[in-house]
Amino acid sequence: MDALPLRSRGVSNFVTVRRNLTNHVVTGVAIISTILVLVPLVAIFGYLLYKGASSLNLAFFTHVPVPVGEPGGGMANAIAGSGVILGLASLLGIPVGIGAGVYLAEYARGTWLGAAVRFTADVLNGVPSIVMGLAAYALIVARQQHFSGMAGSVALAIMMIPTVTRTTEEMLATVPKSVREAALGLGIPKWRTVLSVSLRTASPGIITGCMLAFARVAGETAPLLFTAFGNQFWSFDLNQPIAALPLQIYVYALSPYDEWHRLAWAGALVLIVLIMASVTLVRIFANRGVLKGGN
Amino acid sequence: MGVDIRVENLNAWYGPVHTLHDVSLHIPANHATALIGPSGCGKSTFVRCLNRMHETSPGARADGTVLMGDIDIYKDATPVEIRRRVGMVFQRPNPFPTMSIYDNVASGLKLNGFRKKRVLDEVVERSLKQAALWDEVKDDLKKKSGASISGGQQQRLCIARALAVDPEVLLMDEPASALDPVSTAKIEDLIFKLKSQYTIVIVTHNMQQAARVAENTGFFLMGKLVEFAPTTKIFTNPSDKRTEDYITGRFG
Amino acid sequence: MNEPKIIPLPPVPEEPPSAPHRITPSPMIKTMLPQTEMGSPVAVAPVTPSAVRMFLQAKSSGRMADGAFASLMVVCALSIFAIVILIVSVLVSHSQLSIKAFGWHFFSTRTWDPVSGDFGALPFIYGTVLSSLLAVLMAVPLALATSIFLLDICPKFLQAPISFLTELLAAIPSVVYGLWGVFVLVPIIRDQAGPVLEKYLGWTGLFVEPNFGVNMFAASVILAIMIFPVISSISRDVMRAVPVHQREAVLALGATRWEMLRIGVLRNARMGIIGSVILGLGRALGETIAVTMVIGNHAAIMKNLFAPGYTLASVIANEFSEATGDLYLSALIEIGLALFLVTIIVNAIARLLVWAVVRDNAGSAH
Repeated sequence: MDALPLRSRGVSNFVTVRRNLTNHVVTGVAIISTILVLVPLVAIFGYLLYKGASSLNLAFFTHVPVPVGEPGGGMANAIAGSGVILGLASLLGIPVGIGAGVYLAEYARGTWLGAAVRFTADVLNGVPSIVMGLAAYALIVARQQHFSGMAGSVALAIMMIPTVTRTTEEMLATVPKSVREAALGLGIPKWRTVLSVSLRTASPGIITGCMLAFARVAGETAPLLFTAFGNQFWSFDLNQPIAALPLQIYVYALSPYDEWHRLAWAGALVLIVLIMASVTLVRIFANRGVLKGGN
Repeated sequence: MGVDIRVENLNAWYGPVHTLHDVSLHIPANHATALIGPSGCGKSTFVRCLNRMHETSPGARADGTVLMGDIDIYKDATPVEIRRRVGMVFQRPNPFPTMSIYDNVASGLKLNGFRKKRVLDEVVERSLKQAALWDEVKDDLKKKSGASISGGQQQRLCIARALAVDPEVLLMDEPASALDPVSTAKIEDLIFKLKSQYTIVIVTHNMQQAARVAENTGFFLMGKLVEFAPTTKIFTNPSDKRTEDYITGRFG
Repeated sequence: MNEPKIIPLPPVPEEPPSAPHRITPSPMIKTMLPQTEMGSPVAVAPVTPSAVRMFLQAKSSGRMADGAFASLMVVCALSIFAIVILIVSVLVSHSQLSIKAFGWHFFSTRTWDPVSGDFGALPFIYGTVLSSLLAVLMAVPLALATSIFLLDICPKFLQAPISFLTELLAAIPSVVYGLWGVFVLVPIIRDQAGPVLEKYLGWTGLFVEPNFGVNMFAASVILAIMIFPVISSISRDVMRAVPVHQREAVLALGATRWEMLRIGVLRNARMGIIGSVILGLGRALGETIAVTMVIGNHAAIMKNLFAPGYTLASVIANEFSEATGDLYLSALIEIGLALFLVTIIVNAIARLLVWAVVRDNAGSAH
């Protein structure tokens, strides 16, 4: 390939000029590209804030959807429904993910089984969410013959597992070996060492990882389309269709009614704010009461 | 009170590497015994075999007899049971970073399911006093993390943590090698006080340290125990040429 | 030495006036007289055998608990295999009807006619591949240029906010992209960009009116924005992983910044960059909701990017709830199965590439 032109400046001015020109052009292209990227970014956030904030009102948080033509209405049931579905999904997905991460970090270092689990988790991480929805449909909905919030939770839980597994493993790997040895040297059984020393030391990072997994599935629509399905009324029965915020936004956005478009924008803003708020809250909560190590 | 340790024909391997060759010795109870030798000579492996810590390294195994009091640690007990009788202090201070000073000291009991709060309070106070740390930390017991104090204090905290389970044997793997001279002197002072109640085995690469704290000293070279004798004899009149070469600084 | 020192509780007598901070004076003297330490008055005697010792010796070794805990962790780890196997088996079993009816022709047939029960996936495969490739074509240069900008050109104070903003892009839910696409991007493509593109590029046959804004082009643009953070953050990681001495070696030869980047960084990081591009591609292939909202959902194979299209993921999202008849459902599930297998293969390749790079660089760093 092209080796560096090493001739001195005096000999070949032309080459130097060309090289410097190329350099400036590339620098310019990089700067312009970055600006080009920042434009849609700011556009999305700005538009979302503007449209969402101007569409929000108290009724959005207190009312359920009203039939077409009637003004007002809100997404109270969808917010609550999302909470229920996500709560169950976290309950199912996070423990399994942490368990698998513990296995990888504490029991399977350097084994082929560990490598296989790690690779499978990475690959599972890339499976499209709509496929998770299909699988949950075939596993649960088709068997029960009706849509259910639980099926939606299972789909989301499966999506959380690989993320939680990999962050747990990575965070446990940062716990120094000497700290584990201290516990084992005291005659503390391994299971207790893992729980009270390794996991506890790594807990801030693991909690962050869990929150990232949560944030990722909290906005998912595709896996809920034919599992949780949506609901126009209040419902907390996990065995029945349940409303969810992303589903409601999807339906309203594609409707032909201006009033529903307004609600969709409000819903989008609320969805993003709720995701960010829950992530921040958990992190603050988790950091409280944890003693800060020095050094 | 401490118990004595009888080691017979102890061999150890890390994977294919034979790191200890037929080590036999008798470590008397309630005395300090120092193990010296150049780095890589097997002295650390040897102490790790005394509480079966070597088993936490993949591929490590040991073969032979180690009698601790009347218990054969490889036959009569599990590693967990042995380690509850044997305290261990490591090369680098390793307090639990997320636990308070109090919880660090109490960890050996709490994490084994001990719940009596009043006894725990007493044990923590007694252990910290034994480790000469009480006066420095008594006001921050539950406020400060075990990792927030100085390195020398951390190492004494680790000693207190080991003492809190009331062990019969205290193993120290180069406990002062990561510390400054003042902290080192404090640790040595401590070993001097503690050795009347515990059987202490201390690994060190510092010959003066061995001379200062231990009644008996063993010299390891290339996985073999070359000589084991009262400290004064080792340092004034060694019977093996290799020991003499080492303590006079001719190698290592 | 073995004198029974049975001291009743409390075990904490006041300490003798020993100074804990005292530095041992003249150590050699002590060594010469070790016996004087017998029964040292300094020591605080423990209770023997203390409550603590008795408790610990009575305590079981916890072997059962250890075994149970380890097996529980193994079960959690194996459940990841189980999940993948379960997904495959349930998708295969539910698509049997369609697999039997159409065989391999399913993937080469261009008709999709639910009314007459004639199903072929070719239009969706075409739509998925085309929209994803276009998205990658648009996103990759921008992502690489932004990575270079952030790593080497950007002033320090701008680095953190810009990379934070691009990471935020990854946190926006798909449905919100779709919403923005429907109400902002689609009108722009229909009213502003459309006429311009037709005027200058209409001759290629790629941009031919009528253009309703809801089309393959809009889907590609949305996808490009969505996969941008994936490509840029991973390619930035691999570029950063190139050892500094590699850059310095090139700079020391008198190279300009661009030559340094091209020879010292991009060439070393190229496998990892390719991996990040493939990861982005995998994301684009499976992206559902935002695409469904702007692509127009029409099963046809057209060269014209202003014509509506359809993708594997969006046909499932759009038609599954309303599908009537077992064959129809089965055909949609077979599409899901195909999508699953394709994304798994694409992701596996990408992961292997990224791993290889990170491992190599970790190796050469020492």
